Amino acid sequence: MNIAVRSSQTGALLGFAERQLYVYKRYWVWELVWLFYSIVSVLSIGYLASGLGTLGARGAGFDLHRAQLYLLVGALLWGYLSLVFMEAAFAISWERWEGTIEYTFMAPVRRVTHLMGICLFAIGYGLVRTFVVLIVAIAIFDIDFSHADIAGALVVLAASMVPLVGLAILTSVLPLLSPQKGEQMSFAVQGFMLLVSGVYYPLSVLPVPLQLAGYASPLTYALSGMRASLLDGVGVGGELPTVGILLAMGALLIPGGIAVFSWAERRAKRLGLLKRSG
Amino acid sequence: MSVPAIEIRGVAKSFRRRGREAGTPWWRFGESTDKVALHPLDLTVEPGGVTGVLGPNGSGKSTLIRILGTLLTPDSGTARVFGRDVVTDALEVRRHVNRVSVEAAFFKELSPWENMVYAARLYGNPRAGTRRQVLDILAELGLPRDVVDQPMKQLSRGQQQKVAIARSFLTAPSLLLMDEPTTGLDPRSKKEVQAVLDTLRAGRDVTVLLCTHDMDEAAALCDRVLMMDGGRVLADGSPSELRHAHGGATLEDVFMHLTGKTLEAEETEEVAP
Repeated sequence: MNIAVRSSQTGALLGFAERQLYVYKRYWVWELVWLFYSIVSVLSIGYLASGLGTLGARGAGFDLHRAQLYLLVGALLWGYLSLVFMEAAFAISWERWEGTIEYTFMAPVRRVTHLMGICLFAIGYGLVRTFVVLIVAIAIFDIDFSHADIAGALVVLAASMVPLVGLAILTSVLPLLSPQKGEQMSFAVQGFMLLVSGVYYPLSVLPVPLQLAGYASPLTYALSGMRASLLDGVGVGGELPTVGILLAMGALLIPGGIAVFSWAERRAKRLGLLKRSG
Repeated sequence: MSVPAIEIRGVAKSFRRRGREAGTPWWRFGESTDKVALHPLDLTVEPGGVTGVLGPNGSGKSTLIRILGTLLTPDSGTARVFGRDVVTDALEVRRHVNRVSVEAAFFKELSPWENMVYAARLYGNPRAGTRRQVLDILAELGLPRDVVDQPMKQLSRGQQQKVAIARSFLTAPSLLLMDEPTTGLDPRSKKEVQAVLDTLRAGRDVTVLLCTHDMDEAAALCDRVLMMDGGRVLADGSPSELRHAHGGATLEDVFMHLTGKTLEAEETEEVAP
């Protein structure tokens, strides 16, 4: 890629992120509602943990504070990862709703630039929103991070973005394959990931087939790595195997996702599926 | 010898449709049928000027536009834009092409400025100086300055269509594909947009392919007209050549002579795939 092309693709990458920023600014009331909903969800999970003692979950082996932190980490991370996932997965659906899909697909932009631009904004926005929710949660539940290794958690968080983006690109193909049912299928994929990735419970409580699906989900490793750092103080060195798994998954999922997307785009152009009405 | 702006050889396109008769259970697929949108077509358009593609809904106009815009892959044949193949060299073709369609494709909650700076970014224009350029183009098109920061949804259809044209100017295309840009506009907006198109012919170094089913618009704006029906080109020439060759006073008469039917102006876009 020569310098001029690289420069124009970088400009386009920022253009997609900037467009998303403009859209979010216009829908700021909705964003406020989603932020409120995220806070309420995380607080509910926190209070659920607080209520476990009242519900009879006690004894020598039960650590209420640890259980609360375990669930809160799950809720916070799920909020963040699902936001990034859905933003990217709905990149095509958004364009369909707005009626701009043909305009975007006619622009001299590589598809990887398009999808990465959407992800770039989602990652940044997700971090900001999750930070706000985290501050509220810390204030209300008096969370103690004194044993946590923040650097380790941040390294896992950064590495988890790689496979997540790949998975989101794969999911964003669905509305391209089926304009009528693709969006619903994207929600189904998100729901399945919530079930099998150990967001609120260890994988061991799941039936074996779901456990196997959980081991294939990058979110599982992201969550277990984050918990290891935040609950048990595992440092960057100790997280390297988890980071390696996440990056290896990303190395498969991103090129795989882009290849599948390219195939789906060629198919849509052959069958005439790009049009707004589908 | 200059490279043709458009060079099409044997391009054809069909769409497969699956129909289901009333009463058929939902789990049973209906039978597939192929609907021909474009019969094998040869066409060469030299750079510059406005070439009109006239035809009723379903005549293949939008299919042709979409193929040239790299949004559809032809079933057979080759289509080149300034010597670049629309399938194998699509990214390069897109650098030279822009499109104004019947429905202004915008993020409706965003302002003209936000939509246009987004377009500028996609086409590799630097952000610096874009605001000035946008304001100049909008002024050239007669849009009041205060619309530039209003949400698109608050603009009239005519204003939206002008912004669509302004957006295409911003990216400086060599080939501008205009797919019924005045369909559905009120008479005043229609005249304003047509005036903009008229200035295009004189003022800019761009080749325009204008799809329309408005005969008067084609007669007034086009240097050359292709008449299409049922996915085939029925006639090709300048408006005066067509009138002389087919003995009609207007292009409407020519179309009636060729097809035996009138070209009814319909509000909806051509039904494609």
